Amino acid sequence: MIRVVLPAHLRLLARAGNEVQVEVEGKATIASVLDAMEAQYPMLRGTIRDHVTHQRRPFVRFFACGEDWSHEAPGTPLPDAVASGAEPLLLVGAIAGG
Amino acid sequence: MSQVRVLVGTKKGAFVLTSDGKRENWEIAGPHFAGWEIYHMKGSPADPNRLYASQSTGWFGQLIQRSSDGGKSWEPVDNKFVYDGVPGTHQWYDGTPHPWEFKRVWHIEPSLTDPDTAYAGVEDAAIFRTTNGGKSWQELAGLRGHGSGPHWQPGAGGMCLHTLILDPSDPQRIFIAISAAGAFRTDDGGVTWKPINQGLRSSHIPDPTAEVGHCVHHIAMHPSHPGVLFMQKHWDVMRSDDAGDSWREVSGNLPTDFGFAIDVHAHEPETIFVVPIKSDSEHFPLEGKLRVYRSRTGGEEWEPLTKGLPQRDCYVNVLRDAMAVDTLDSCGVYFGTTGGQVYASADGGDSWNAIVRDLPAVLSVEVQTLA
Repeated sequence: MIRVVLPAHLRLLARAGNEVQVEVEGKATIASVLDAMEAQYPMLRGTIRDHVTHQRRPFVRFFACGEDWSHEAPGTPLPDAVASGAEPLLLVGAIAGG
Repeated sequence: MSQVRVLVGTKKGAFVLTSDGKRENWEIAGPHFAGWEIYHMKGSPADPNRLYASQSTGWFGQLIQRSSDGGKSWEPVDNKFVYDGVPGTHQWYDGTPHPWEFKRVWHIEPSLTDPDTAYAGVEDAAIFRTTNGGKSWQELAGLRGHGSGPHWQPGAGGMCLHTLILDPSDPQRIFIAISAAGAFRTDDGGVTWKPINQGLRSSHIPDPTAEVGHCVHHIAMHPSHPGVLFMQKHWDVMRSDDAGDSWREVSGNLPTDFGFAIDVHAHEPETIFVVPIKSDSEHFPLEGKLRVYRSRTGGEEWEPLTKGLPQRDCYVNVLRDAMAVDTLDSCGVYFGTTGGQVYASADGGDSWNAIVRDLPAVLSVEVQTLA
């Protein structure tokens, strides 16, 4: 079980609490976690990454265990602490805009 | 007792304003989708409780929301807008080729007869259609593919398809407008399209009378006269009496013919409303006076409507989709401002009241007249 913390807007959209929990088959990576989360919460499709290219939206960042994972390849295994559920994967919206 | 429902899209959420037919006391519901930009929200003529809303932010992209109870509750539907085939390029601001990229939905136009069918005008300019209540969207690619697409350029607000008008007398005919490509029409349900910009003159583009390249801001039509179109261009108010095949200027005595919004009275097809804006570099009313101008002669002769509108120190804008009319016996006219006011007139424009004053900047206003 992997824990994911969503930004406030996406929490509201998914009608979820502070954290969502997803099960991932195989290795826990950014890509597999997002695949599982979008299957569980279809309304999030397209809000974190592009529908077709799966490229991260520019104003969304990924953090794990205090590290910025935004520029890691989406298939890179996440830290064990995230894979085990001890630490959450953080999806963060940029502090920007008007 | 009739009821009026005003759907207001703002920069930070959606609001639903309701009143009885007197239009004196208003109930304000919202914000729905707080914090998100609501470019447009519109109800189905075939089922007034079916609403569609375009919701977006720079952070999380585009969503489409649907309501089946008149805006009390909403559910997200499909937000996947993928261009048909290889999208190719249009011109960038500097004239270089730029790939077509989906950014947002500017306008949703529900079918006149089927609540599950709706059209979406998007940026970068294209038209999409759903026939299943928003569960999926398909591009009507003939518009982008008709040949002039590589020459289209964005306006200051992006290369947006912002106006979409369905002809009530001919289900195969649709009018659209794009900034800054111009107006187009299909007569075969969206398979093929042709530019309808003859008579437009835009002195700021290399060929002022080019077939495409005009910054059309908005078009309005009265449903009983579907061959007559009124246009607020970047500069110039225009009319066509042949479904867009040709246009002539009807700015007449307007103090400035720059503006965004234009609409037609519900019962008088030759009575039209515009909100003149000072210029393309100063997007606010002349002299700080917010004035709607009304022509009862289909253009050329205009009168200022000022009663109830601020006549000093007013520097708001009225955006292209932020004016609408109701169809009650005494036609109601509504518009929203970038200052967050929604003004209403229950007497065809003679007098105005702010029915709400302090919303976020208003992006769009639509009105439903309910039995």
